[in-house]
This record gives sequence, C-alpha cells and structure tokens, in this order.
Amino acid sequence: MSDTNAIISVEDLKVRLGGVSILDIPSFSVRQGEFLSLIGPNGSGKSTFLLVLNSLLKPVSGRLIYRGEPVTGRDEAFRYRRKVSMVFQEPLLFDTTVYKNVASGLKIRGLKRDEIRERVMRYLGWFNIEHLAQRSARKLSGGEAQRTSLARAFAMEPEVIFLDEPFSALDPPTRHAITDDLDRIVSETGITTIMVTHDQSEALRMSDRIAVMHDGGIVQVGVPSLVMNNPVNEFVANFVGMDTILVGNVIRVVDGMATVLVSGKEIDAFGNAGSGDCVYCCIRPENVTIELTDPDDLTSARNTFPAVIRDISSIGPFLKVILDCGFSLTAFVTREAFAVLDLKEGKNVYASFKATAVHLIRDAKHP
Amino acid sequence: MDLILEGIVTAFQLLWALDPEVLGITWLSLKVSGLATIISVVIGISVGMIVALTRFPGKKFVVSVVNTGMGLPPVVVGLFVTVFLWRNGPFGFLDILYTPTAIIIAQAVIATPIVMGISIAALQNLPSKLRLQILSLGATRLQMVGILVREARLPLMAAVMAGFGGVISEVGASIMVGGNIKGYSRVLTTATVMETGKGEFAVAFALSIILLMLVFFVNYLFTLIQQRERPR
Repeated sequence: MSDTNAIISVEDLKVRLGGVSILDIPSFSVRQGEFLSLIGPNGSGKSTFLLVLNSLLKPVSGRLIYRGEPVTGRDEAFRYRRKVSMVFQEPLLFDTTVYKNVASGLKIRGLKRDEIRERVMRYLGWFNIEHLAQRSARKLSGGEAQRTSLARAFAMEPEVIFLDEPFSALDPPTRHAITDDLDRIVSETGITTIMVTHDQSEALRMSDRIAVMHDGGIVQVGVPSLVMNNPVNEFVANFVGMDTILVGNVIRVVDGMATVLVSGKEIDAFGNAGSGDCVYCCIRPENVTIELTDPDDLTSARNTFPAVIRDISSIGPFLKVILDCGFSLTAFVTREAFAVLDLKEGKNVYASFKATAVHLIRDAKHP
Repeated sequence: MDLILEGIVTAFQLLWALDPEVLGITWLSLKVSGLATIISVVIGISVGMIVALTRFPGKKFVVSVVNTGMGLPPVVVGLFVTVFLWRNGPFGFLDILYTPTAIIIAQAVIATPIVMGISIAALQNLPSKLRLQILSLGATRLQMVGILVREARLPLMAAVMAGFGGVISEVGASIMVGGNIKGYSRVLTTATVMETGKGEFAVAFALSIILLMLVFFVNYLFTLIQQRERPR
C-alpha cells in the first residue's frame, strides 16, 4: 500500500453470501489515530465490512493487513482480535454485574486481579458509570448498557476500536451525552476508531474522514467537508442530505459559470461542466434563502426565483420549507425568520441561492 | 382419607425406623437416576451445543428428531434396551439385563434427548451476535463455549432438572430392564407399582411420599445452584 500511515488496510476484498456479492472493495486503508465513519443506506455492506475488518468474517478473497502484516490464518486472526475490539448496536452484555462485564475482556486475557480492578474502575469512571459497578447488567437503561459495552471495549486498551451503530437505538438526549463522552475519550486516547453510523451529523462532528458505502462498495472517501460539499455522484449527494437535486442540461458556460436549464428555468452554477452536459444541481437547504420581495441583487451571482410555498414541516431547530419555483426546492428557515416573514402554505415568496452554493455533478450515464 | 393418612404415618414410621429395605430402595433410585442424569447431561449438553452452534445440512431434521426424543415413551425404550441386552441380542454378551446397570442405560437413553432438546433451545435463544461479541473480546473457542454456557446457565439447569425428573419418576423401562428384583434392582417406582398391585396401599403411599420428597430435595439443590450469584 502506498499509504505508509495505514494501521489497517484491505486489498481486493470480496464477500459473497449465497452467490450474491455483498462486498467488493479493491483497496481501502485506515490511518493510525484517525476517526473514520462508514455511512451508507441499509444493506450497503457497512456492518459486513466492519466484521471483515474485525476478522470475524472471512472474505472469499482478498486480504486484511494489520501494520503491514497480513491477517490470514486462524492464529493470526486470534492474535489480531486481541489488539482490536468491537461495540455492536445492541449492548450484548453478559448476565452479571456491570463490573464483571467491563472486566470480561481483561479476564479473557488472563490479567491479574489487581490490574483488572484498577483498569475497570478507571474506565467505569471515564464513561461515568462507576456508581453502577455492582448493578446487574439486566437492570440498566439503554444508555447505561451502551456505556457499559463501550467501557468493556475500551478497557482492553485496543489499538483499533470498531463501533457498529452503537447509538442508533438510543433517544437523542442520551445519544448526545454518550457521543460527547466518546468524542472526549477518543481524542484523549488518540485511538484509531472506525464507526458505522446512520447519523450524518454524528459522522460530521466526530470524523476525520467519512467513507460512503453503496451496494457493497466504497463510493467516496474523504474529509467530511469534501464528502458533504463535493459528492462524487448523485447517490452520495442524495445520501449526504442535499435535499434538492435537480436534473438539467448545461446550455452555456461563460468564465467557469455554467447556466443550466432546469424545467425551463435557468440556474447559474460554478462547476466543472461543458455545454450540452446533462448535470445534477445539488443545493443544500441551508443555502437557500427566502425573501418577501425580489432582492434584485446584481452584485453577486445569485439565482432568484419567484416561488410558492408548498409545504412546511418542523425538523429540530429549523423549519423545512418546500418551495415550488417551477421545480421543487427545499429550504431551511430558522423559527425567528419564519415568524418575521409570516410564512404559510400557498404564500408567494422569492427563493434565492448563490451560484457557488450549487454543486454540479455530471451524469456519467447520460452524457 | 384414612388410606392417605395411614400412608403418611407408615412413611414416617419406615423412615424413622430407618427401614433398611426402604433405605436401600431409595438409595438405589437416587444412584441409578443420578448416574443416568450425569451421563445424559454430558452427552446432551455437549452434542446439543454442537448442534446449536454449528450450521450443517439437515440441522432442522436433527433438531426435530431430538425434540421427538423428548417425548420418548419409557416402555418403548425399555423394550429396545431389553432386546439389545437379551441373551441372544447384540449386547447379550455383556450379561447386564436385570441389573441396575441396565436401568442406568435405559434411563440415560430417556433423559439424553430431554437434556439435549432443552440445551439446543437454550443456546439458540442467546442473541446471535453474542458469539461475535465474545470473539471480539479476544476469547479462544474454548473460552467462548464457557461464556455461552454461563450465559445460558438458567435454562441449562432447567434441562438438568427436567432430565432428572424424567427418569426418577419413570417406571416402565426400569421394570422391563431391571426386573424389580428385591434388594438388587428394585427402585422406588417399581416398588410402588408392586405394592399397589398387592393392595398394600399404605406402603405404596409411603414409597410415593419418599419419592416426592426425594425429587423435591434434589430439585431444591439444583435450584440453589441455578439461582446463586444473581446480581441485583
């Protein structure tokens, strides 16, 4: 591998199940000390990939390489598994006390009693569950159980930790509290972490890099801003939450500014496209502004369209407004702005977004 | 009512007097059924574990055969064991028909599918990802098996209790292969059948009460083991 910082890498990885290819990754590597998130829809192979990386699933072909050494035979796989650890979506705790659960990996490794005690207490403290030490694992709340599971995995002080959607079953406040603690512990220890998640905000907040998976392959890997702002294809754009994706044809390109014809309207966008190309215009809802009068702003290249409000729904701190400007456009509006503008369904407004806020993706299938 | 009262009184008299014949019968029952249970636990749990934790073609068929075996009629087992141990039978050379050993064999055959069937269900009932979690904690195969058994300890102890309960109360096979020989292969159940047949209801009641108490105490011990160390 060219990446000399790689702690784990895979080459020509293929996994089949009942004759169907479920994983096909020609090359991928994880760097020492990084936090990498694997995102993608259900069935894209994220969890399967994590099992292969943890040597719990043997691929039909390809190699798993740890610090330059291939993990091939059963003995190597066993030794490798003692250097990494995994937390699943379900806490999978043993039917005993929290203390003994956290101690289990250390006991398996044959550590001395005193050493186990010292480490267990330290990690119980890190995850703020010391007070639960003697509690039965069966009597924990969802958050407490997942904290115990995390403490059990971290107590082994592995080189790499794998997290398979560890927070997806938790309610938002619990989830935030745990991710805060995890974030702190991961950055303090500098442990290499690979996390599968559905939650993009979680991935954005915690990751050094994000890998997007689709149909058993990795379609894009990069720093979060790259993946979010420059998705390589329509699938990634859709998945990472570019709520508006418009299909159109480039009618002219002047000084790097492309004009795209979408449903009879012209949208200006900066991007790498040639005249006549079929393109996807990706517009993030937070970049769309709504005004009551035509801003008529000629200073910056702006797209402004008269629009009718079709739908308003609440998502967290924002309101999601779906506009009809001849094409459908989604905008996020703060509650304050919503009140000031007195928005309601059916109201006529002006929607605008900068030319730089439009991300162009060339449609490879229909050039 | 008089019969029952008389039976209870007789039972305590027999116990109080440490009647050597009754004590002998009780001890033999416990020994024979205990050994048969131990054999069935060793075979039932280990084979059950292999069946539960591995994937192979025809697994469903094997599991349904085992589950059918849980309802194996003791007289059918008695018949087969008798035929096998018969002088001209395939194992006739062992010359163990009408001995306590023959009863142990027959009872082990009865208890093994019971223990195995419940063990399979117990282990299959554990979360499927638990094995992956245990391996990812760095466990060897042997450590994994140990942890799985500990996780399934409640239903596994129930399997042991069901196996013991099945054989200590069984009478058909014991009479057929043991012969109910006085002072040699007579156990509590076969003695009860005989005394009832003779119209000695008081003695039969006494034996039944002893049998019930025996089953209770053994299960009480098992339950203590099953329920210990449960954290709050």
